[in-house]
Amino acid sequence: MNRPDGRRFDELRDIEAKAGIIKRADGSASFKIGDTIAYAAVYGPRNLYPKFLQNPEKGVLRCSYNMMPFSGSGERIRPGSSRRSKEISLVTQKALLPAINLNEFPNSVIDIFIEFPQTDAGSRCAGICAVSIALAEAGIPMKELVAAVAVGLVNGEVAVDLSKEEEDLGGAVDIPIAVTTRSGKISLLQMDGMIKAEDIKKGVALGKKACQKIFEIQKKALKEKYNTQ
Amino acid sequence: MYNNLKLHIINCLNENIRFDGRKNDEHRKITVEYGISKSAEGSARVKIGNTEVIVGVKTEIGTPYPDKPGEGTIMVGAELTPLSNPDFENGPPSIQAIELARVIDRGLRESEAMDFKQLCIKEGEKVWLLLIDICTVNDEGNLFDASSLAALAALKDMHFPAFDGEKIDYKKKSEKKLELKEEPLSVTVYKIGEKYVIDPTNEEEVFVDSRLTVAATSDGTICALQKGGDSALTEEDIDAMIDLSIKKTQELRKHL
Amino acid sequence: MSLLIKDKDIVVPGEELAKGIEYSSGYGTYKDKEGIVASKLGLVNIRDKEISLVPLSGRYMPQRDDVIIGQIEDISFSGWRVDTGSAYSAMLSVRDATSEYINKGADLTRFYDLGDYIVTKILNVTSQKLIDLTMKGPGLRKLVGGRIIEVNAHKVPRIIGKAGSMVSLIKENTNCKITVGQNGLIWIDGSPADELVAVNTIRKIEREAHISGLTDKIKAYLEECCKKNE
Repeated sequence: MNRPDGRRFDELRDIEAKAGIIKRADGSASFKIGDTIAYAAVYGPRNLYPKFLQNPEKGVLRCSYNMMPFSGSGERIRPGSSRRSKEISLVTQKALLPAINLNEFPNSVIDIFIEFPQTDAGSRCAGICAVSIALAEAGIPMKELVAAVAVGLVNGEVAVDLSKEEEDLGGAVDIPIAVTTRSGKISLLQMDGMIKAEDIKKGVALGKKACQKIFEIQKKALKEKYNTQ
Repeated sequence: MYNNLKLHIINCLNENIRFDGRKNDEHRKITVEYGISKSAEGSARVKIGNTEVIVGVKTEIGTPYPDKPGEGTIMVGAELTPLSNPDFENGPPSIQAIELARVIDRGLRESEAMDFKQLCIKEGEKVWLLLIDICTVNDEGNLFDASSLAALAALKDMHFPAFDGEKIDYKKKSEKKLELKEEPLSVTVYKIGEKYVIDPTNEEEVFVDSRLTVAATSDGTICALQKGGDSALTEEDIDAMIDLSIKKTQELRKHL
Repeated sequence: MSLLIKDKDIVVPGEELAKGIEYSSGYGTYKDKEGIVASKLGLVNIRDKEISLVPLSGRYMPQRDDVIIGQIEDISFSGWRVDTGSAYSAMLSVRDATSEYINKGADLTRFYDLGDYIVTKILNVTSQKLIDLTMKGPGLRKLVGGRIIEVNAHKVPRIIGKAGSMVSLIKENTNCKITVGQNGLIWIDGSPADELVAVNTIRKIEREAHISGLTDKIKAYLEECCKKNE
């Protein structure tokens, strides 16, 4: 059985990544995968107030995921945070933490803002991919970049990078994962739907491979920004 | 040093050489891009120098106001995203965001840019609502002009979604476009010391004494005003600022 | 046992730089089971079998003995709180600000007022990033007039040049007074047209910092600009 858009089961949608798109930020990037577009900006390390939020041992990482009101597939999304956006902000932060070294920045904060002008499934993963580029551009010390992609079941088979159309098929399963690209660990893992344990194993393996391809694209985006200067 | 730096800026304005080399009445490079968001029914991106704003229009079906049963309506919102400026924060809209949205809203509404009757589906029961949202991507000054241009461009880009009389199918756009009778645009003129300036950078915005936003239609009829800033304006100021604004608005139109 | 990159290459975090144990790991890199890996975005620098990185970006991190340009952000009984253009603000105590005797409770704005920019030196940085400043030293002063621009702090060495050669070149050609802070803040004072040339030149150096033969390029650029201004 084929995928609706004719992709192979291990094939990602078209990806475009760019570093340094927001001049005011300390680091920034855009990451487009299929019809999902993420913008990420990093501000910091900077002062953290109120003081009780400070950690004297290391810097604090704060993430904020937000869809622009016109970026959803249906009606307008009301501005401001929702339970969904708060949860995604949390798992995004957890997906990035293992890769970042915050010890150099005690008592300060690194703020990450992710915005979407347009979405078509896989937005949290696209956001993580964009942020990872933006953090590197901001000069934050990192052991490795983090790449992320959703894997899942399409027509009963394990596939990577589901589109909205595929997500809307009956029996689709959505498993967003993030991979630390050097050490190959999983720093984000969620799942919606019903699936056999062996298919999860298959999916994670497929996702890890896809994340290596994404890492190459992230790398290229960063190098392009500085080579053309 | 605040006063020091302000004096320095004024010295430069007196010589008509701004910090970035522009003349006092000169915009930075402007670009307009249409259809930048597939999920919106209409969208546009405007860049003025490094300042970048995107506007998206969504449509919904609502019930009309009892006093205007045959008319739909528009709503304008603005999000000054913390992504675009280190001083912006998450949370409920700030007073700056509310002012920006309301000034853009007034320009569109009062110019009667669109006949709200075309938004009527069934009198007294069903009308289109146009939800226009301004989102900042990079704020390096002059969000007013960028937002005004982007809002109009997004409306020009808009197609109604497919609608079967009951439900909207957001996945399909219809052929039907929004009819615009007027194309209101605004240019905000700023006063720093005794000089009039347009398109300020963040650095210049800090030292602005007062500003006047003038929205005008293509024949130069004024359709909305907003005076801002802490200092008051003289009648001469108002005349000069309106003249400069209308002249610059006509130039801005060429980018649409 | 092999090098995977060349000297001066641009590398990203997580990129493998060398396999095996032949090379040692310097600034901006770390060692894992397989080899040496980059932990920052930077330019590769290979010297005597040590691989290190020169960072290309990132905010300024305060260091002892750096001369920086700071801005007064608060005034207390005992001194001034100064924005250092980094994640950490610093303290300038009355004792380190002047050798004059100052009564307790005296009006400190007489020396430095809110918003003032000062050229100051970092006396000390603790592990918790508490920073002390001093105004005692040559060239340390309050800045009057002129304008401030901000550049990438990692490009400051190029803007200053060897023994100050680059910044002298700009000063001579533009007749501007210029002070470069290690934190990437630069003060420029001259006529509006001259300042513009100075700013544009500094921006050009910032953009092209890693290009070789930069000094000659900048010389030519300055001559061209000055011709136009005359």
